[in-house]
Amino acid sequence: MTRDLYRTVRLIRRFEERAIEFVRSGEIVGGIHPYIGQEAVAAGVCAALRPSDVITSTHRGHGHVLARGADPARLLAELMGRESGLNKGRGGSMHAADFGLGILGANAIVGAAGSIATGAAWAHRRQGRDTVAATFFGDGAMNEGMLLEAFNLAALWRVPVIFVCENNGYATTMPVASAVAGSITGRARAFGIPAFTVDGQDPEKVLAATASGVDRARAGKGPTFLECTTYRFDAHHTFEHRTRLTYRSTEEVSAGWSRDPVEIQGARVAAAERAAVDAEVEALLDAAAGSALGSAHPDPAAALEYLYASPEVMR
Amino acid sequence: MKLSYLKALNRALGDAMADDPAVFLLGEDIRVAASSLTAGLLGRFGPDRVLDTPLSEQAFTNFATGAALAGMRPVIEFQIPSLLFLVFEQIANQAHKFSLMTGGQCKVPVTYVVPGSGSRTGWAGQHSDHPYSLFAHVGVKTVVPATPADAYGLLVSAIRDDDPVVVFAPSGALGIRDDLDFGTLVPVPLGVGRVARPGSDVTVVALGHLVQDALSVADELSGVGISVEVFDPRTVYPLDVDGLTTSLARTRRLVVIDDSNRTSGFAAEVLAVAAERCEFDSPPRRVTRPDGAVLPFALALDRAVQPGRDHLVTAIHAVLEKS
Ligand SMILES: Cc1ncc(C[n+]2csc(CCOP(=O)(O)OP(=O)(O)O)c2C)c(N)n1
Ligand SMILES: [Mg+2]
Repeated sequence: MTRDLYRTVRLIRRFEERAIEFVRSGEIVGGIHPYIGQEAVAAGVCAALRPSDVITSTHRGHGHVLARGADPARLLAELMGRESGLNKGRGGSMHAADFGLGILGANAIVGAAGSIATGAAWAHRRQGRDTVAATFFGDGAMNEGMLLEAFNLAALWRVPVIFVCENNGYATTMPVASAVAGSITGRARAFGIPAFTVDGQDPEKVLAATASGVDRARAGKGPTFLECTTYRFDAHHTFEHRTRLTYRSTEEVSAGWSRDPVEIQGARVAAAERAAVDAEVEALLDAAAGSALGSAHPDPAAALEYLYASPEVMR
Repeated sequence: MKLSYLKALNRALGDAMADDPAVFLLGEDIRVAASSLTAGLLGRFGPDRVLDTPLSEQAFTNFATGAALAGMRPVIEFQIPSLLFLVFEQIANQAHKFSLMTGGQCKVPVTYVVPGSGSRTGWAGQHSDHPYSLFAHVGVKTVVPATPADAYGLLVSAIRDDDPVVVFAPSGALGIRDDLDFGTLVPVPLGVGRVARPGSDVTVVALGHLVQDALSVADELSGVGISVEVFDPRTVYPLDVDGLTTSLARTRRLVVIDDSNRTSGFAAEVLAVAAERCEFDSPPRRVTRPDGAVLPFALALDRAVQPGRDHLVTAIHAVLEKS
């Protein structure tokens, strides 16, 4: 597990670094929200899940999707709008989904997915399955009414859902202290949901906390809330590389880097093994880049294919 | 002086705030001016008049209604057009209804601005909508300026208006720059369109960023002897019916280009109004997004579902041939 967690955080880091290069070169149009710095959260949470479980993700979703086991070549192809992408190029960075892996989609509307995950988890249990849902969201989402409403439904109906708040300190440029009255965990506790603050830079701590929540959920005891404290090392979105917003100091960003999840987990792996993992990840991402760049662009004539699930009634 | 559309909106905000201490701004990341709409305004007017909000759109939209009921003139910036879906209840069912439901006891002068409406290259399905027709449908005053001067003038008028007004600033128009003398910037009345280019063979009705497309198509077609009049209503609701019918009385042919979905969209309304009042030499046409359009991410697919110049040229030829 130590090695696997390292591989996941390393894979996400290098995927994101390469994706940023593809934004710069224009292969990825429109930019991305890099997950760099927060890798331990996705790695730890997803390591606690079974293949039959489900997740929902956010605008900053590449890490969640990769940690859940999606093919990096198909995620990259999605970011490039190619036919071999996870969503056949129709969704892009903020909508990556792989239903075969229980990834019900990244979501571009902050706070929207928490209730979707809650409904999915409830329905799985209703149909006799022991599926658990994990739903990721940021500190900013804690101020969206629809997410707080989801906490209430999940608690009332004892839904097997893990609410994973990635508190990276900011919603775009808004510091969490200026945005959240009271406390993040206090909000979940107000609904009777057990809530814990976890070191979100350490994948093993995130894994342990998630695993106990998942056990509770499978035992029919309802939701758990995890506040994973973390830090976004890079821009809110790659547009920020061009605009240089001054909402945080360079000292603060370097202090963030001093707790790099890749180094924290990497230090637990023997040097030779670490080098082997790194090499395997590079080879995988080289192949992913080749595959994505070689994939066909979708045909504009099919722009509205998939618009309806029952197209028969349409003219 | 060159003035960009975005800078014109920024100037309008600054002038409106300087003119009236009741005007204040609310929105996400507006103190650092992430979208540039509010650049410089925090320094000029201070934090009491430039409020960064938590991500609580439904609450801060009704908060603005409350502040308006108590005498203020709030201006809300929404970072992305789909946030208007999130706050549709707060605008359509609250802000819009107070005046009538209270028997005229109050007014709700809130302005909602979306800098970057419609498709933004690469932002995909949930960030690329252009829902001005929805607000027209519920009867909320709605403007979609096409030029820097109109962006300035319509935003100032929206803020001074005593009702809620939604201002769509299409992402395709934000970068437009015009040579302007700042002294000529004046309020532009709501509900009054303009002839962006006079012509005699066909009226093309276009809004927002599509006015540029209509003008360049008009230029192109003048080379083959087709005289296109471009009518820019500027305000989606209330529509300048007189301006529209005056133009149609001259040309007797109509094409509407509209970045809405087709069914029940703005173009459908223009066609209906024209059909009720005007006589045509050929059946009018509309160029729109397809029904139910969800903008796919891949660039060529995104472009394929947006109304464009080629579609417009085809539609113009069609109305001319049928006469
Ligand atoms: C409902 C909603 N409001 C605003 C936005 C624009 N927006 C996108 S990401 C973001 C910040 C989100 O902050 P947080 O939830 O902390 O996540 P982080 O970006 O830090 O990962 C904002 C304001 C949006 N997409 N959806
Ligand atoms: Mg955050």
